[in-house]
Amino acid sequence: MTDHDNGVSRRRVLECMTWVGTGVLWTISGGVPHSLGLIDQAIAKEASGLTFLQISDSHMGFDKPANPNAKGTLEEAIGRIKALPVKPAFMIHTGDITHLSKDSEFDDAEKIISDARLDVHYVPGEHDLIDPEIKLYKERYGRGTQGPGYYSFDADGVHFIGLVNVANLKGGGMGSLGEEQLEWIEDDLKGRSASTPIVVFAHIPLWTVYPEWGWGTEDSGRALAYMKRFGSVTVLNGHIHQVMQKVEGNVTFHTARSTAFPQPAPGSAPSAGPMKVPEDKLRTLLGTASITFKPGEQRLAIVDTPLKS
Amino acid sequence: MMTLRTLAIGAINLLVAVATAVGPVRAADTEVKIDNFTFNPQQITVKAGDTVIWVNHDDIPHAVVSQTQAFRSKALDTDDKFSFTFATLGTYPYFCALHPHMTGTIVVEASLSSPP
Repeated sequence: MTDHDNGVSRRRVLECMTWVGTGVLWTISGGVPHSLGLIDQAIAKEASGLTFLQISDSHMGFDKPANPNAKGTLEEAIGRIKALPVKPAFMIHTGDITHLSKDSEFDDAEKIISDARLDVHYVPGEHDLIDPEIKLYKERYGRGTQGPGYYSFDADGVHFIGLVNVANLKGGGMGSLGEEQLEWIEDDLKGRSASTPIVVFAHIPLWTVYPEWGWGTEDSGRALAYMKRFGSVTVLNGHIHQVMQKVEGNVTFHTARSTAFPQPAPGSAPSAGPMKVPEDKLRTLLGTASITFKPGEQRLAIVDTPLKS
Repeated sequence: MMTLRTLAIGAINLLVAVATAVGPVRAADTEVKIDNFTFNPQQITVKAGDTVIWVNHDDIPHAVVSQTQAFRSKALDTDDKFSFTFATLGTYPYFCALHPHMTGTIVVEASLSSPP
């Protein structure tokens, strides 16, 4: 690719469309978001190219008042994925597959998610690494990964990096990648053309959403510095059980909904604990995301779809 | 004068110590509530030999982990408890392995009945 050399990628405007339930289309030009108003699903679907799905925070085993049937809502989400008119290329799961890292919880997740008949690329959440040697997660999802489970792969010219920021956490801190993983990231990106679209996915947000609740990754700055020269970087996270987005230069940060239970907006409740909402509102706060790249345009579209709109 | 007074206080202390030792040695249990992603009280002082019991009142699991590897609980689901008996004097900072921004401290000081 010579885009980098002739400056085409720099001239290209990174646009990001997000269809967030309510159907508002946002376009970001030069870092300034513009609302283009309401759109319908047809416009969001128009994009062709690589489309993949993000599911997150399934919390198999969760049975508290905020959603006594987390299994049922995961099944609903998978049912909706199966019914999509265009089959996505694959899925990513941004962690908290289980609630307590139990064998039976991993089994339930596997059984339900595999019904979508899509390849799934996982990263762990803190709830998946509860057993001291993190054996259960690694046995199932660790093949071909480094350390506690980070790895990269390529699909349709897009470079995907799955990171682990929930292992060996230090008291008083937030999410953490650690020295070894940071060095691996630097190495992984070395020699790649700056015009390669990069998608990073990890459980805890890689930008500081709300430090009072630990919603951030303390050493993510270094990881993002290695990505500065790339024209298009998309960071997909979970953990906070709500849709949130931020654009900083060439980097778009986005968090997906959970399929299990909602969590409050930062600072809007005494703690980040599961949020109990009226029964008829629950499914409007749970859901999945679909991400599409149009080849050659360095444009991405993120569509967040609730279980019920 | 000073010496006499010091001696007198020392004697009283000794009597109290003896009295304490004579009765059944009863170490106390102290509860730390885990509520709204906080340890409450965040810092407590106990006597050597006392037991601290952490009880998770949240709808989310937490794990109590010493910064100095002195103790480590399993993941505590809602209403689960973890207890640890502090035999050795010192300051024990700890945090939640799942939510490390949650921190607390146990200070263990000498009890009157413990050997000098």
